[in-house]
Amino acid sequence: MRLTGNSPIEGYRYLFSGGAMNIERIGNTLATATPLIFTGLAVAFAFKTGLFNIGASGQMLMGGLGATAVGLTLAWPKPILLTVMMLVALFAGGLWGAIPGWLKAKFNVHEVVASIMMNWIAFWTVYYAVPAYFKGPFLETESRRLPSSASLKVPWLTNLFQGSYINLGIFIAIATIIIIAFILDRTTLGYELKAVGHNKHAAQASGINVNQRIVLSMAIAGALAGLGGASFYVGFASNMQIGVLPSQGFDGMAVALLAANSPWGVFSGSIFFGILHTGKGFMNAMTNIPPEIADTIIATIIYFAATSVLVERLWERLKKKKILRFLEKSDVGAGGGE
Amino acid sequence: MWDIIIQIAGIIVQIFPYAIAYTIPLLITALGGLFSERSGVVNIGLEGLMVIGGFAGALTISTFQRSMPGTAIWLGLFAAFVAGALFALLHAFACVTLNANQVISGIAINMVAGALTTFLARNMTGSGNVRIRGMLRQDVPVLSEIPILGKTLFTQTYASTWVVLAILLLSAFLLYKTKFGLRLRACGEHPHAADAAGVNVYLIRYLAVMLSGAFAGLGGAIFLATVSGEFSGSAGGIGFLALAALIFGQWKPIGILGAAFFFGFATTIANVSQVIPLFSNIPSILLKTFPFVVTLVALVLFSKSSQAPRAAGEPYDKGKR
Repeated sequence: MRLTGNSPIEGYRYLFSGGAMNIERIGNTLATATPLIFTGLAVAFAFKTGLFNIGASGQMLMGGLGATAVGLTLAWPKPILLTVMMLVALFAGGLWGAIPGWLKAKFNVHEVVASIMMNWIAFWTVYYAVPAYFKGPFLETESRRLPSSASLKVPWLTNLFQGSYINLGIFIAIATIIIIAFILDRTTLGYELKAVGHNKHAAQASGINVNQRIVLSMAIAGALAGLGGASFYVGFASNMQIGVLPSQGFDGMAVALLAANSPWGVFSGSIFFGILHTGKGFMNAMTNIPPEIADTIIATIIYFAATSVLVERLWERLKKKKILRFLEKSDVGAGGGE
Repeated sequence: MWDIIIQIAGIIVQIFPYAIAYTIPLLITALGGLFSERSGVVNIGLEGLMVIGGFAGALTISTFQRSMPGTAIWLGLFAAFVAGALFALLHAFACVTLNANQVISGIAINMVAGALTTFLARNMTGSGNVRIRGMLRQDVPVLSEIPILGKTLFTQTYASTWVVLAILLLSAFLLYKTKFGLRLRACGEHPHAADAAGVNVYLIRYLAVMLSGAFAGLGGAIFLATVSGEFSGSAGGIGFLALAALIFGQWKPIGILGAAFFFGFATTIANVSQVIPLFSNIPSILLKTFPFVVTLVALVLFSKSSQAPRAAGEPYDKGKR
């Protein structure tokens, strides 16, 4: 940042105050964080089963497409319509997640590669489906605007936060965190999923149907990302744009890494990223720092999260050495180190 | 029946230059992936490395294209080659020295590359895009006189195409006929055995990842100079397609050539299907998703007899048995 001739401290101040300055901006931060909560959960949940869900973007797209399609075609009363839309998003995303899971379980295809392929299939599906069926009135590249009866935005919430983007999605997201935390920590299913993640062979030996659990885990992860897609496309935005692979899918990975895969950690991680994303526009307006700095920060976090294991190991080794030295000194006679 | 065959042949001749233009960056990037994965390091960051190469290329070309129009492009390609190699050091450092998760590091590379280059481009040019004058198509002197074949293969070609094909041959030679290639492949199959035989696994993996970055950077610059003509902070998913080509080609140079060619044709047909009567009936969504679906199917078919390097994706841990 200093290289661009701006004061970094000032930049950071604007970056964070831009995300939490007034009640409207807080609302925007929460609204930005909502899809991230879902995608973060989607990555974290699969990770608990030892799977790497890189396909959250594609699952989001499919969920968003499903919800948008329902919202644009049906004209039901709002509560029923929203429920149906969320369910469709859930199933569309779930299906998109289940396919790599199934390929992994049945054919041992690596889920990362399969998910990348699914991402691009979703990308092109939206690219052609939106202009063909839901073309917007002005632009070829986006869908029609959703009627207000099909949007997750509700007047009282918008008014409460003085016209921000906040929507019902945040409540669904918090409810989802509670449900996921419950499944993981308090149910047999959660225990089995974690067992598969810790040691596949031990889980198999103790009678868990590993393959079925892998498909289920990916399907649930996909469903979460699908909900995230719905919350983004029918809550935060009001239409779908084509030719964009939503970055929330990748940010979700950063969130999950930052949260060490715990559901409540995902919540705080998402809020942090929400602040970054809301603040970057403000910072850009107040200083000359380009908004891409926020993305750079996020990517840097991911890079260091990948390498953080090493730091941990170094720490462990240092501790072990200290103990060994202590034992040697006190003449107890240390056994083998490693 | 005969009509249709002639028609198809005509179309192929017609779209051949475009398909080639698309195939070449794909091919060189996939070759880069080949070196990295054959040495045991999965490189999901190809897309990001392409972006870096495209950026370095765009910057160099736009700086020099006034003063020396002819050589500017080659300078740009060289800059991309170097920039890709240097940026890949990040990936190598994380994966080889720090034993990090290779997939996560690759994703970080992708994200950093996109954000950082747009950031820099915006600082330098005011907008996130850098426009350049692209490479010119040329006829190959003698060979283009050959009747039908010459017209298809040797007219209106980019010089970069021949460079990349030369690199392909060189890579195949390097991988299969030299000491370095044998060692590299050994590191990807069984690093402990290679280490026991006196090979420096870390060094080989560093070199391989840097080579993959250099090739991907070159791919990004070639894509810029021949297809897009403008740097805009992405490589249009070619890096991921290259990954698909690598798998579909079963981690072999010739296989990759075939796969890249195949994907290049499929994408080009999808791009131009509206104007060609024969293909206009096929929904272009099918053609666009075709490479990815085919890759999934290939993954399933080859899952039993996969030729994937055995140690790819695992950090090398000397102490592990």
